[in-house]
Amino acid sequence: MELQAVLMAAGGGSRMTDLTYNTPKPMLPVGNKPLMWYPLNLLERVGFEEVIVITTKEVHKMMSTDPKMKLEPVKMKLDVVCIQEDGDMGTADALRHIQPKIKTDILVVSCDLITDVALHEVVDLFRAHNATLAMLMSKAHEFTETVPGQKGKKKTAEQRDFVGVDQSGKRLLFMANEADMEDGLSIRKSIMRKHPRMHIKTGLVDAHLYCLKKAVVDFLTENKSISSIRGELVPYLVRKQFSKTTNSQKNKDDVDDQNQKKNDGSMNHELLITSRDEPLLQLAQERSCWNDHHGDMSEAYHGGKMRCYVHIMDQGLCYRVNTLAAYIEANRMAPKLFEEPAVHPSAAISERCQMGSDSIIGAQCQVADKTSIKRSTIGNSTIVKEKVKVTNTIIMHGVTIEEGCNIQGSVICSNAVIGRGADLKYCLVGNGQRIEPEDTHTRTHTLMHI
Amino acid sequence: MADSGVTDGPENRDDIERAKTEGKELTKEEKQRLRKEKKQQKKNKEKKDEKASRESDKEKKSAAPASQPPTQHTAQKAPLAVPASAPVPLPASEAPVPADKPAKSKAELKAERRARQEAERASKQGKKGEVGQQAATGKAKAPPSELQPVVKRLPEHIQVDNPDVLKKLAKKLERQQIPLRSDYGYKVSLFSHLHQYSRKAPLTQQLSIPSTVIHPAIVRLGLQYSQGIVAGSNARSVALLHAFKQVIRDYTTPPKEELSRDLVNKLKPYISFLNQCRPLSASMGNAIKYIKKEISNIPSQCKEEEAKRKLLNCIECYINEKIVLAAKAIAKYSIEKISDGDVILVYGCSSLVNHILCEAFEKGRKFRVIVVDSRPRLEGREALRRLVQRGISCTYVLISAVSYILPEVSKVFLGAHALLANGYVMSRVGTSQIALVAKAFNVPVLVCCETYKFCERVQTDSFVSNELDDPDDLIVTRKGKTQLEDWQKVDSLGLLNLVYDVTPPDFVDLVITDLGMIPCTSVPVVLRVKNVDQ
Repeated sequence: MELQAVLMAAGGGSRMTDLTYNTPKPMLPVGNKPLMWYPLNLLERVGFEEVIVITTKEVHKMMSTDPKMKLEPVKMKLDVVCIQEDGDMGTADALRHIQPKIKTDILVVSCDLITDVALHEVVDLFRAHNATLAMLMSKAHEFTETVPGQKGKKKTAEQRDFVGVDQSGKRLLFMANEADMEDGLSIRKSIMRKHPRMHIKTGLVDAHLYCLKKAVVDFLTENKSISSIRGELVPYLVRKQFSKTTNSQKNKDDVDDQNQKKNDGSMNHELLITSRDEPLLQLAQERSCWNDHHGDMSEAYHGGKMRCYVHIMDQGLCYRVNTLAAYIEANRMAPKLFEEPAVHPSAAISERCQMGSDSIIGAQCQVADKTSIKRSTIGNSTIVKEKVKVTNTIIMHGVTIEEGCNIQGSVICSNAVIGRGADLKYCLVGNGQRIEPEDTHTRTHTLMHI
Repeated sequence: MADSGVTDGPENRDDIERAKTEGKELTKEEKQRLRKEKKQQKKNKEKKDEKASRESDKEKKSAAPASQPPTQHTAQKAPLAVPASAPVPLPASEAPVPADKPAKSKAELKAERRARQEAERASKQGKKGEVGQQAATGKAKAPPSELQPVVKRLPEHIQVDNPDVLKKLAKKLERQQIPLRSDYGYKVSLFSHLHQYSRKAPLTQQLSIPSTVIHPAIVRLGLQYSQGIVAGSNARSVALLHAFKQVIRDYTTPPKEELSRDLVNKLKPYISFLNQCRPLSASMGNAIKYIKKEISNIPSQCKEEEAKRKLLNCIECYINEKIVLAAKAIAKYSIEKISDGDVILVYGCSSLVNHILCEAFEKGRKFRVIVVDSRPRLEGREALRRLVQRGISCTYVLISAVSYILPEVSKVFLGAHALLANGYVMSRVGTSQIALVAKAFNVPVLVCCETYKFCERVQTDSFVSNELDDPDDLIVTRKGKTQLEDWQKVDSLGLLNLVYDVTPPDFVDLVITDLGMIPCTSVPVVLRVKNVDQ
């Protein structure tokens, strides 16, 4: 077997608590499908037959029991591993937890990734260069939609990620977060000597899709201090590419090197997996007249054994639904990913309803006369009564909208009831909330009191 | 006269006999039949010749004249109507007749069977010849004549403009569950019979990601071939054998199957896949033949573990003998040819030539090297790096400057991709140019090649069988401008990126192999010796 897929679906959605306090993030409906359907669909389309899903018990229950969120379209075998949701388990901790199941190299995907990337691009980098890590990144798009519930344009100061790639744009040389850099960006001389030309990019979105070698998972079991893949493991691997002990050039026994080796020795030998026919591979590489860089005297890959690669997408969809703005954007774009008809066949739509072609209506909906639905997503089993005007809105499942409402640019969560004649602009209505008739709300949150 | 080998049914012969005795002229068909018989007899005689040479020697030949009269009698006895103009039998052919009387019956039967098969094949060819004329591209489809009962089949990879062949290939790949790689871009008309792929459309696009049909090691290898990460005849063979080792390790014999047969069948789709990624080189072809032979020679009572161990061992031995030790031997011979004060010209990056030069430098010879390079591969940069790293003083020129620099050169060392059976050297495109110019300047040209790269193909030009690389490699961006960016839109423009060319043996002065230093024309001898050994 070549690759095992692991889907991380235990995340809490800490940046969109408005939506996730009732529904766990993997089950949030995007285009009327649960969020975790998208990465599973991607894996299935590419040809995976089995996926290890790491999730919480609650999500597992919802996956199997909730009829509205059936995962029928997914034909793969899902091996669900439940972890406690209150435990502080990072993604790397989760990998450590499933280490006995891992038999080959793994492909880790996050549940909030919606993309149409040609996955073979990432995996080809992993295969061809015998890389330790291959990941996917995408150019970030500015979110243009107004986020409901936000008073004014509040720009959250997101910590930027600095990603350094080489001239070809494929080899990952440097990765750090702004938060870790107090006195500015510092780059080691060893990196500059090997790669004098480095492109540093900040406007990239990390898709949280990683191909990792099996040795990395084994390494994680030895080093229990690493708890997050993105936050700690990836920068560590990127740094280790250029560390002295992983390069085979220096074979002499330096005294100071030896001490360092003793400390890092155990760590590094884990990562430097040598296949059984290493001398043959060496011979093949020696005889091959290929080099990945030109201009200096070193051999291919500078003699380094560890390599990290990144594939940067500049076209196509790639969204990580971890903020409200991303959620709304994803809802707009998600229909492009699947070819199902916009209107579910079981929805009862009256004839005098004006529906734009970019709207999605879920199963068993009832839409009455004289309604106007534009650029919106309406979930399953929703009832929309007469003379309702719905624009740019996301309506989840089981919502009732009484007559004469006017809803614009909002997000209405499941089982909410919008009273008659209400007027909502850029609002976020929480689960099971009830909006009184004739209410007017602009840019408000309404959450359920716990 | 060969008295064994009854060919057609006795009735035909009776007819002809009757016709002859009646004095009538033989009809056209009968004449054809007679001709066929003649040729079959010739064939039988040749086979008898081989037998004779194997079994006995001069005794038979001395006994030949004595055996003439008895054969005449036997000829009359045998119901053979051979006209007087029958080919005069070679005396040696009669030699085995008296000698091995007990085995004669077996031999007779064998020869009869063989002759019958050939007759059938000849008749089939006659039919094929009529049908296959329009399909033939006029290039090399050997006219199915009665002179050659063996059907000569062209490899499919040089018949890309023949839709029937493409259909067959598509069917074969579908059966093996391997995706078909589609050709890319406009092909120059002289080379439209070859495949041309784009590097940006790898074969893995159409494969499922955890590849189940093809072993992951082979997928990785295919990727490395198509992206050029493993390039160079030796490197490709070593990488191929390395991948095969992994395949053998992970192989388990399914129940009710024999390892010797099943493993060979398992390897076939992998080889097709690798062929799709990049056409196989001659060295790879020979390595594959060797492996297949070794696998089929595994006795059936051998246990799986032991069989696997044996095979892995065979692979190691092959690499060690044919590549590593051969390189050492060639270096030893070449060092004799390098003298102090030499100026050696090399072209591109040949692992063997680099090895030789490094060894010579270690042994203390004083020489300098001129590295000639050419676009678009610019492999010479890598050769330059390796030589300079060792401390050899080098000069670097592009191939357009070769005639300016040749007056300085004392020897030219060239590497080879394959050595063909007629003495031609197949190597990186540009090699024949260098050999030609060197000949004009009277500079000796030495080709270094291991014997495992000798192949039985015969080619006299670089058109009939070659490899077309990605034409987009020729596009270069200078100062932000890419002139050839839209080359596909220009109807009359075609980009050609050839990989190999053949150098005639007249331009090559010496071939240094692990068997010694031989002239170019001795390659068929080496091949024959190799075949006999195997």
